Amino acid sequence: MTAMLEVRDVTKRFGGVVANDRISLTVKQGEIAGLIGPNGSGKTTLFGCITGTLPVDGGEVYFEGQPISHLRAGPIARLGLLRTWQQTRIYGEMSCAENMAISAREAHGGLLSLLKPVPVATRVRANDLLAFVGLHEKRDERGGRLSFGQQKLLEFAMALMNEPKLLLLDEPTAGINPTLINGLIDRLRRANAELGVTLLVIEHNMRVIMNLAHRITCLAHGEVLAEGTPAEIRDDARVLDAYLGVA
Amino acid sequence: MNRLSDWHIMGALVVLGLGLPFVAPSLITQLSFLWLMVVFAMTWDMLGGRMGYNSFGNIVFFGIGCYAAAVVQRDAGLPYFEALALGLALGAVLAVAAALLFGAALLGIRGHYFAIGTLGLGITAAEIAAGWDYVGAGSGMALPLYPGALGAREFFFCFSLFAVAVVCFLCLRWLYGTRFGLALNAIRDDQDKADAMGLRTTRIKVFAWCISAFFLAISGGLAANMIGFIDPRDVAFAGATFGVWMVLMAILGGKGTLWGPVLGAIVFHVTQELFWTYLLGWQRVALGLLIVVIVVFFPQGIMGWIAERRAAREGAAP
Repeated sequence: MTAMLEVRDVTKRFGGVVANDRISLTVKQGEIAGLIGPNGSGKTTLFGCITGTLPVDGGEVYFEGQPISHLRAGPIARLGLLRTWQQTRIYGEMSCAENMAISAREAHGGLLSLLKPVPVATRVRANDLLAFVGLHEKRDERGGRLSFGQQKLLEFAMALMNEPKLLLLDEPTAGINPTLINGLIDRLRRANAELGVTLLVIEHNMRVIMNLAHRITCLAHGEVLAEGTPAEIRDDARVLDAYLGVA
Repeated sequence: MNRLSDWHIMGALVVLGLGLPFVAPSLITQLSFLWLMVVFAMTWDMLGGRMGYNSFGNIVFFGIGCYAAAVVQRDAGLPYFEALALGLALGAVLAVAAALLFGAALLGIRGHYFAIGTLGLGITAAEIAAGWDYVGAGSGMALPLYPGALGAREFFFCFSLFAVAVVCFLCLRWLYGTRFGLALNAIRDDQDKADAMGLRTTRIKVFAWCISAFFLAISGGLAANMIGFIDPRDVAFAGATFGVWMVLMAILGGKGTLWGPVLGAIVFHVTQELFWTYLLGWQRVALGLLIVVIVVFFPQGIMGWIAERRAAREGAAP
């Protein structure tokens, strides 16, 4: 497996606060990587640095071998690197079906390609993906009227609609009804295995991330604390210390 | 509204637009202004309603259309209709070029800042025109006389403006049915998300403004000829009247809906004319009150109000 994403010594400061301090990590093609860490450890900031929503102060990010830290969010997305947000971001006044239609990869094209109706194939795919996340009967509902958990599912489906190579998910299970979490884990796995999407997942729910991820990176105070398989992370004294504060 | 009733309403309006000038010739100037208002409201709504960018500067493109037509008709030395056609074309080209330029500069700023920036645009344009001798400066420009028979001029411009309104409506209706229409809505709802999903938002926004500018410039050249005289502040760059009305009409009818701006323009124009007729002396006060009533009681506009009522009825039904 080759490295799809390589983060090398990325540093991000907000005034005097160093949110990311020379963080390095790699995500290999085809894997599900986990990113954990206590609140304020810099996980979401790192997502912003990788996907171009935050300019980095130092270091470099390589996506499929190409340096991307000088690019903005749009060009990075068009390369096939996408993220979701912890506080979901969907198009609130548009129906779920419209949310999906405009998230299709064809919408990346120039103006001329936009001046066409949404193709039937895209509508079918949008319906399939809505069914995949369990929102099919909500397809004509306005996105803003969905519950928070449903919006998270919609945002996930929109991301899949975009056919990313690498998808960064920021707490995909937060706000989701606990009884549905197992179903969501299954869907993340299927997106990875069947649709071939490499995943990097921020997650606070330890049961979820330990089950889901092949490898986990743990951040604390803006630095990489530990890296390894779920079993290794689970037994790492420094990780336990960071989470529980035991000396 | 479903497709069928769409065509019904369009048919009714076409009958009105083509028939009324013959049935009631005394209303012809009012009708011409009505079509102008419809173009104003529709083109404003493309940015304000569909894309979420409240522009107070759209009047600039109208003014560019007015002046381009007037200058070409004055200086080209061509027969009336050739000069008019050339003037309209030049106005459209200049307005689209201006939209490209202003769009690149202004469409990067958002929310209230965009509104204020565009407000400055309209005022600046008026002051430049009022101080530029080539376009008559403060005394404005008179348009050449219409060559046809007495009364033919009114018919010609009424039908021309009607044609512009119809073409504009059909063009926007088609655009809103494409991915481009969805992209406009996406920008309105969450532009950062749209960026992060790979949409080329800047191009989309600038293109939308160019389309608005195109139709405004054409209608400007025609309106200048219909009125017969351009004043820089009261006709061409009339930000305080036309410029504000286009916003109000779109809001009154229902922002971001297909028929809202058309309906808003009709209701607004008719109401305004009634005020002039029956409340002379107080018409501006009444207009001001109407504006307050619109904003306070119909923030979603007539179409939004209808949709709400319908949703409530369907929700109440078993």
